[in-house]
Amino acid sequence: MTLTQQRKLKTILVGLASWTVALLLFFPIFWMFITSFKTELQAISVPPQLFFEPTFENFSLVQERSDYLKHAWNSVVTSFGATILALIIAIPAAYSMAFFPGKKTKDILLWMLSTKMLPAVGVLVPIYILSRDYGLLDSKLGLVIIFTLMNLPIIVWMLFSYFKDLPKEILEAARMDGATPWDEMIKVVLPLSVGGIASTGLLSIVLCWNEAFWSLNLTASEAAPLTAMIASYSSPEGLFWAKLSAASTLACAPIVIFGWFCQKQLVQGLTFGAVK
Amino acid sequence: MKRSITRLLMAPSVVLLLAWMIVPLSMTIYFSTINYNLLYPGRNNFVGWMNFEFFVTDPGFWIAVSNTLILLISVLVITVVLGVALSALIDKPFFGRNIVRVLLISPFFIMPTVNALIWKNMMMNPVYGIFAWISNSLGLEPIDWLSDYPLMSIIIMVSWQWLPFAILVFVTALQSQDTEQKEAAQMDGANGWHIFRYLTVPHLARPIAVVVMIETIFLLAVFAEIYVSTGGGPGYDSTNLAYLIYNQALLQYDVGVASAGGLFAVLLANIVAFFLIRAVGKNLTV
Repeated sequence: MTLTQQRKLKTILVGLASWTVALLLFFPIFWMFITSFKTELQAISVPPQLFFEPTFENFSLVQERSDYLKHAWNSVVTSFGATILALIIAIPAAYSMAFFPGKKTKDILLWMLSTKMLPAVGVLVPIYILSRDYGLLDSKLGLVIIFTLMNLPIIVWMLFSYFKDLPKEILEAARMDGATPWDEMIKVVLPLSVGGIASTGLLSIVLCWNEAFWSLNLTASEAAPLTAMIASYSSPEGLFWAKLSAASTLACAPIVIFGWFCQKQLVQGLTFGAVK
Repeated sequence: MKRSITRLLMAPSVVLLLAWMIVPLSMTIYFSTINYNLLYPGRNNFVGWMNFEFFVTDPGFWIAVSNTLILLISVLVITVVLGVALSALIDKPFFGRNIVRVLLISPFFIMPTVNALIWKNMMMNPVYGIFAWISNSLGLEPIDWLSDYPLMSIIIMVSWQWLPFAILVFVTALQSQDTEQKEAAQMDGANGWHIFRYLTVPHLARPIAVVVMIETIFLLAVFAEIYVSTGGGPGYDSTNLAYLIYNQALLQYDVGVASAGGLFAVLLANIVAFFLIRAVGKNLTV
């Protein structure tokens, strides 16, 4: 075998191995997806059926049984609400730390990161009691507040690393023209970093959409987002796999597709800019 | 003048995070020292260390601590080792690499409750699940995963979720690896394993540190997967600290004991984080 042949063979083998692993890891998602088009009987048939006549009945049954649309709406409101709120709070902070760094800036950033280290379960009881006392149990507003605070450190970090990479000359030019820090932020920095802010927002939306600890503990029927609604299918009476799959597919599809498009930004955000 | 403006811009974030940390934490500390059960209001007398004693002597306590650590370490090892191997595998171009990438990272975007339900029902169910079907086809006795190997089942679910994250980070990091260095090594007769061992792995040191830190934050707090699939059982076999505290607080309404447990979880996280954040803090560029 010549060297080029050897290389070709190696590429083919690497490709085959990669495809095998990828298909294996993706299989549960694929199976969930196709099960959602089966009848309940087909869903539990042994051996498992790969080819069958698809039905769309499950999707309408899910809507009937657990009011899918209401919970989807809750997910949308809490994810987007918390993301917008967190961005409004975080942008000025990240801007000020990136462009006017002081001696303590690094400490403040690391301290913010350390608040993420505080396990949620350590403050479960007080948050539960505070929510109860202020009427925020099972309310969308309560979840929005929690989600905002939960993601604030990550959002500040991510914005900070975007702002830091902006060319300093532009800001200096603006300053020469007599722009105040506020003008600089609104008129110069924000337009330049639309891309960065958008990907930060996407990351935050993904994290809120899939959040399960607070959603399960602080909501019941009214404000429950999709993560909590799906959990209701774990009860024995909810053991209808086709409907469970349909509900799960509906709950995950938007965010999985979302995730495919912003994988790179997700890495930067989740690793606090340490891996680029 | 300028300094005060920059402080003003930072204030909302700092104040909110400070409040988010201090208010609930001091409440937890306070609750942990009083007799506080939601079923018996008005008997909130000071009890000192009693709640802590009660929590630590709970039959599930040590099982939960060890389960928490086993879960943490197993998932870290699985995701880092497989993550490095798989990211090295897909680093070079081959047919359909972009699709493979998309397939590989997808589990990361599946919400934890869905993750647990797919695995519990469609994969691990001892009668109708895919695993049972595979066992039967091979002539083996199907395994009842959730009853017989509850903690391992949880480890599988959580690893499935976090392996894509590790792959994603490592693949990104590998793209910045120096190709000239690799070519030079090849010229000098280094084989694939040598290049992987002496060039790729050292290059990944920092991303590995980051992955370990981020995953630790989330893995110490695994909750939804247990809540949905095993409910901590059978017995305490798949109960971790987070689930034990939840059980104490919202199922047994004992706020005092749950708060003591919460503080213990904070302590454990801090012990783990102390070493991690030092190692990783150095690697973060500020």
